[in-house]
Order: sequence, then C-alpha cells, then structure tokens
Amino acid sequence: MTTKAVSPWRNLWIRFCEDRIALGALIVVAIILVLALFAPLIAPQDPYDLSGLSLRDARRPPGFVGSGAYVHWLGTDAQGRDLWSAILYGLRVSIQIGIFAGAVGLIIGTTVGILAAYHRGIAETVLMRIIDLQLSFPPILLALVLVAVLGQGKAQLIAALVAAQYAYFARTAFGAASAERSKDYIEAAMATPLSNMRIVFRHILPNAMPALIVVATVQVAYAIALESTLSFLGLGLPVTEPSLGMLISNGVKYMMSGRYWISVYPGIALIVLIVAINLVGDHVRDILNPRLNR
Amino acid sequence: MSEAFISINDVYKRFSPRLSMADRIVSKLGARVETRPVRAVDGVTLMVERGQTLGLVGESGCGKSTLGRMIAGILEPTGGQVRIDGKPVMQGGRKADTRIQTIFQDPFASLDPRMRVGDIIAEGPLAHGLADKAGERAYVAAYLERAGLDPSFADRFPHQFSGGQRQRIAIARALAMQPDVLVCDEPVASLDVSIQAQIVNLFLKLRREMSITLIFISHDLSVVRHVSDHVAIMYLGRIVESGPTEKIYTDPKHPYTKGLLESVPKLLVEDDALVHFKPIMGEIPSPLAPPAGCHFNPRCPIAVELCRSEDPRLRLIGPGHCAACHLAE
Ligand SMILES: Nc1ncnc2c1ncn2[C@@H]1O[C@H](COP(=O)(O)OP(=O)(O)O)[C@@H](O)[C@H]1O
Ligand SMILES: [Mg+2]
Repeated sequence: MTTKAVSPWRNLWIRFCEDRIALGALIVVAIILVLALFAPLIAPQDPYDLSGLSLRDARRPPGFVGSGAYVHWLGTDAQGRDLWSAILYGLRVSIQIGIFAGAVGLIIGTTVGILAAYHRGIAETVLMRIIDLQLSFPPILLALVLVAVLGQGKAQLIAALVAAQYAYFARTAFGAASAERSKDYIEAAMATPLSNMRIVFRHILPNAMPALIVVATVQVAYAIALESTLSFLGLGLPVTEPSLGMLISNGVKYMMSGRYWISVYPGIALIVLIVAINLVGDHVRDILNPRLNR
Repeated sequence: MSEAFISINDVYKRFSPRLSMADRIVSKLGARVETRPVRAVDGVTLMVERGQTLGLVGESGCGKSTLGRMIAGILEPTGGQVRIDGKPVMQGGRKADTRIQTIFQDPFASLDPRMRVGDIIAEGPLAHGLADKAGERAYVAAYLERAGLDPSFADRFPHQFSGGQRQRIAIARALAMQPDVLVCDEPVASLDVSIQAQIVNLFLKLRREMSITLIFISHDLSVVRHVSDHVAIMYLGRIVESGPTEKIYTDPKHPYTKGLLESVPKLLVEDDALVHFKPIMGEIPSPLAPPAGCHFNPRCPIAVELCRSEDPRLRLIGPGHCAACHLAE
C-alpha cells in the first residue's frame, strides 16, 4: 500500500507518459493545436484576404521571396497564397470542425448509450437497434448524402459529421456503461439508495469516461479526415475559408507539372495531425485494456 | 400474533431468459432454445426478530444472494413481499427506505474505483440528510474508526487498500447510513483466512454495540455457527430447515442439513489427520427444472415414494425449529 493518495486519473497520466512514442505524439498534437490557435499571429499572411494576394506570386516553389518581401518557405498556391499561412489557417478550420463535431457527437452519443444501458428493457432494445442499423452504413456515405441534402456551410457540415459519427459514441458509451452497470458498486449505490441521476453522473459516467476519451480522440481524427474528404470533393466548406482538404484538392491539377508542393505540404500536415491523434488514442486504449492491466 | 421485525412472506424470484428476436423465432420452429425461467427463490417465508442474527446457508447457486438482494430492496420479488417493521422495503419497483443496508462479497468490486474513501462513505448520508457538508469529515472519521480503520484513510482511493481493509470500508459505508438491518452476502468468502476472523469479529462487535439485526449469508458452516442466533438452510430456492443455531448444528432434522454438516472436513485431534468426510451424493439439479416432490429427493439417502410425488411443507418439529421433510420428527 502506498502512503500517498494517487488518483486514478493521475495514475493514467503517469502510465501514459511511460511510452515515448505516445508522449511524442501528444506533444506533436499540442504543437499543432498551438499553431492553429495562434495562426493569425504566426502566419506571415492572411490567406482569407484576397486583396492581399498577387497573381505574380502564384505557384512559386518553396523558398521564393515574393512581393511581400518575405520567404515563402513552403511555396505558394495557384492564387498566390503563402502555403505555410494557408496550412496554418487550414489546420485551424479542420481542427475546429473536428473538435466541434466530436464534442457534439460525444454528448449525443453518450446520452443515448448511457440511457440504454441504465434503463435496459425496451429503451435498450429500440435505441441499440437504431444504432446498430446506422453502424452498418459507411459514415462517409451518410455524410455525403447529408451534405448534399443540407447544403454547404459550417453548421451543415458539422451536423452531417455528427449524424455520421454519434453512433460510434453511443456504441462505446453503451458498452462501457453496461459493464459498469453490472458491477457491485452500482448495486451498492442502488441499495443505499441513491437517485438515478446521481448514480449516472457520479458513478457510471466517470467510470465510462476513459473509454469515451479514447473514442473521442479517434473520432475527432476521423471527423477531420471526413471533413477533408468532403472538402476535397468540393462538398465541404466555402472556398473563401480553405481547409486542408480543399488546399490539397486545389493543388492536385498541378502535381503533373512538377508543382508538387501545393498539394503535398497540406497533405503532410493532415497526415501528421491524424496519425498523431490516433497514436495518442491508441495508447490510452492500451493502458485501459484490462487484459494488460495489473 | 404480532409481526416479526423482518418478515419475509412467501417470496419468489424467477429469472426469465432474455430472448432475442431470432431466438424467439427459432424456438417457435422447434429449435432447442432455453425459454424456461430460472426459479432462483421458490417461496421463502422467514421471520427475524430485532437484534438477532440469521445465518443463511446453502451450496452456491441455491438462491442465497437472490434472496438477500430481495431482502435488501435491490431486487423486486416476482411474488411475495419483504417487510421491515411492518413497512415493505420496496415500493413501486424502488427501494423505499435506508434502514437496511448491504455488504457485498467482493470488496474489489463494491467500491467505486474513482472516488475517495471519504466520498464513498459520505455520499449516502449527505444525500439523505444524515450528515451535512460542514460535519462531513468528522462523520466519516467516526464511521471509519467504528469499522476499525484510521480516519486519515478518507483521502485515499480504494485501490490503495487490501481486501480486508476494503471490506471494512464497505462496512463503514453501510454503517454510515445508520441502518437497523445489515444484509451481508458472503462478506468474508473472498478474504484470506487470517483476515476472515478479523472481519467476523468486527461483525460480532457491531452487533453487540449497535444492536443491529444481521442477515448473514454464507456457505461456510463454521462461520455461520459462530455469528448466528438462528440458521436457515437453503436448497434449490427453498428453505429446507431453520431453527436456533445450536439445535441445527447438534440435532439436524433434514437429511440435507445432516449431509451438509457431515461433508465438512473435520480435524481429529487424536490421529492428527484429516478424517474422511462424506460428500452429499450426486449433483445439484438445475433450478430450471427442479425435481418433482421434495427438491432433495434424488440425492436423499432415505427418500421414500411420498418424497418423489409430494412437496413437503416447512413444519414445526420443535421449539422454533422447522424442517421441510416428510420423514423428520
Ligand atoms: N440476474 C440473474 N439472471 C438470471 N439468473 C440469475 C440471476 N441471478 C441469479 N440467477 C440464477 O439464480 C440462481 C441462484 O443464484 P444466486 O442467488 O446467486 O445463488 P447463490 O448466491 O446461493 O450462489 C442461480 O441458478 C443463478 O444462475
Ligand atoms: Mg451468492
């Protein structure tokens, strides 16, 4: 028995830090978040300000010094945008949408999953049937259809992503909450007795939370990838606010003429972001895996 | 006759299998899907007087926990009712009062791993107005001490404690609700033998000092003998014999009770060796399809024709001593 009170959350953090790769991935994610958050301060150019762009600077290779008298380290795109600035702003848009869609999906999915797990009976049967049905559709298909129906725009895009993803949260929340529900400490709470609200919020939710965090990270990465796919296909955000997917899409037609950087650098940024988030999520899942525990 | 403090009145519990749509269809088509309910508790009537300890004994799977959970108000009976002091413990599918609390078998599962010990103990009393925020720490400390623990443990988490200490935390949590009745479901079965005695002694002390009524469930006959005033023997969902502890242990009337007592390994001091003991013949029948007549008849060494056809009622055969056997007298 240790003498210091180590909370289960702190324990999780200590074990997370033991893995170099996961810690590195977390640092990468943190750096990208900071870059995205402070993009207006870091970026040499405002890529949304079309009046500041000059076609004389268009499609210049990395290292070119343009009319702005600064170095375009990653080159420029077809409109003469500084790619480094465009990527920073693109990350901002992608991350914003990913996190927002992830958070809304988490809240809706968790509510549905925990309700079904706690009340069992008819609620469980009906809700989980719907969820299972939805999980049998590829999310990209669902998102495509919804964006086509709802139209373009941030809110519509987020709604489509949430609709495509909440079922994954519901599944996980249901699984985790069902597992907790059948444990003795929940029975002890019912025997006290404590109110349903208290049992759900003070006991089931905190114990299901680690599993939910894992899906949340993975689903945020997936939402970012989905959004990029939609934008790449021209169904995402309006052209005035290019996300990473749109930057990649804009550059594709210049790939053959050797101007690789217009697509490749935004692509690398997207891959690094998604891989890093997934590494973090995977490692948390490994820590929580009961077979590896203890 | 006035009603006993705890009155368990012809209580039943059946668990129906949860069938999926597909199961239901194939079973209609004649496939062998189990649709019969488990008869976990099959008509139990028991009375416990205030301040007494009732030991509930039986092999695993005979329905002890299910009965205990119905007494504690965690599980709604399929039929019958449990009343404490004349009031039903369950009303409308929910537990109605806090005067009965439970101790579970596995202290590694019965404490929320993400809460501090102090919060675990204070949660119920705060929710029910037995303590207030200002007096919380002192309240928790008092009950930790009563359960034989250091008050400083309040700031720690359950995973920092051993099984015996965790069981004491669970006991402190139950006591903090100021119950009149404690249902203890195999409270020492998962503990090391050396720790078992300490926890049993704690129960004895609590009963003496706080005049708590205990329902003590166990499959360990010697522990039950040690703590109980009365003992009830359960077999396949029914009580087969009940009576004062000494009477049951020295003069058992039901062949199942006799078998149980003889199947306990005894250490004989003279030869200093484990004497052969007699296990009860045969297997426990499935609670899905208990045998006709007396549930024990297929394993009973003295069964007669009557036992295979007619179900023996629990009847009085001595002062406070009942047995459900056609041949007992
Ligand atoms: N929730 C449940 N659903 C279905 N069957 C159950 C459930 N709980 C207990 N049973 C069955 O009821 C019988 C009695 O179980 P239990 O009360 O746990 O026995 P004991 O505590 O004496 O070992 C067993 O056959 C068990 O399988
Ligand atoms: Mg049991």
